[in-house]
Amino acid sequence: MKTVSSLLDDHWYERYKKISKLNIRSSIYDVTNRCNLRCKGCFFFSSDEHKAAPEESDLGRWEAFIDREMERGVNLAILIGGEPTLCFDRVEAFYKRLPTFCATNGLIKVPRDRFPNLMLGISLWGDEEDERVLRGKDTFSISSKHYAGDPNTYYLYTITPKQIGKTERIIRKIHEAGLKVHMQLLSNDEGVSGFSWKPEELAAIRAEMDAMLDAYPRTVISSKYYHEIITTGKMMGRPFGWMECPSVTQPLDRRDPAPKRLTNFIRWASDLKTMHRCCTSETRDCSTCKDGAAHMSWVMVNKRAHMTSAKDLQGWIEVYEMFAKLYQFLPW
Amino acid sequence: MTVAIELDQMILNIAAIMIEELKLEDVTPETFEPDIDLVDEVGIDSMDLATVALVLRDKYAVRIDEDDYPKLTTLRLISEYIHRKLAARG
Ligand code: SF4
Ligand code: SF4
Repeated sequence: MKTVSSLLDDHWYERYKKISKLNIRSSIYDVTNRCNLRCKGCFFFSSDEHKAAPEESDLGRWEAFIDREMERGVNLAILIGGEPTLCFDRVEAFYKRLPTFCATNGLIKVPRDRFPNLMLGISLWGDEEDERVLRGKDTFSISSKHYAGDPNTYYLYTITPKQIGKTERIIRKIHEAGLKVHMQLLSNDEGVSGFSWKPEELAAIRAEMDAMLDAYPRTVISSKYYHEIITTGKMMGRPFGWMECPSVTQPLDRRDPAPKRLTNFIRWASDLKTMHRCCTSETRDCSTCKDGAAHMSWVMVNKRAHMTSAKDLQGWIEVYEMFAKLYQFLPW
Repeated sequence: MTVAIELDQMILNIAAIMIEELKLEDVTPETFEPDIDLVDEVGIDSMDLATVALVLRDKYAVRIDEDDYPKLTTLRLISEYIHRKLAARG
């Protein structure tokens, strides 16, 4: 029987031991239905999920809800929206109770005296031109001033096909701002012309992402295996999609056969009662979904499938480490 | 009525179930090391355990409480757990 220790040398086995017992149990929370931007292709607004449920405004109800979530075994709260920084009290209710990650567009500065270690992922959709086309403004110029040098902040750089050949400039800017960056690919939920991926573009961006990781290994939080998975949509020969996705809300998951999935994962709307189908938009076509976290989780929940060779298992470890770093379960 | 079986036989039976249900390769019930760490070494996760627990429930009419999963880290510990519950039933 293949075992982990028979596949790994001492160095890799040490790395494996650091993650093997982490047992991360995440869920996702829409903190608010509102945002101070309206990006073209935002899955939340384009699918009308901001209208799915009215926001709960009573902070006491948020606190009681979070306590129940912890009793359910959640040990990582991923806050999205809308823009969570519009509701600091709700963010704080999570932050005071459990490991919390907050996605933000970076336009409102999170006060570090109130949230000293809160991990922030700032969304970035490309260079200044892309950002103006898709988001109405160049957010980087604002967010980078707010967070330069912050050890608990990284950019979540959503790469568009228009970024091919241009990512180095962005990564360098982030590097110079003393921040980290993680890359994912745009899913183009609103079908903006020129922003959907073609196979040859995916191959080109994979090579570019690999090159960025080689050139900026301390700035780019990523792995080549993740680049392969996200650009090919394939893992161990299996195609990604609805029947494989790990990030489906558990109580709504009726798939048969049941795939490997995130244990007890739920994405909650901001009324604290309504559940969304998955970590991203209900209207998204799963066959073209490029959600980075779903792809990472897909690898992570399929450990045994990677126990075929040392190389495959090392790929699994690298993806797991990347996730653990992005959500503060491991230091950078 | 429950047929009392020895722990050693129980280990072999549950090894066979795990091999079959989880499609484990290059191992037989006889060569399955009862004390190997299933999570750390074999890569088994809570979903795998839930799959095995369902089969054990059908075969032995013993329910494994989900809260007990973290404790059941080896084939021997699972077998002892089932064995104990069967013995308690008499
Ligand atoms: S900043 Fe985020 S939540 Fe707001 S519109 Fe853009 S993508 Fe959507
Ligand atoms: S849209 Fe993406 S994240 Fe949602 S269920 Fe489909 S594949 Fe999974």
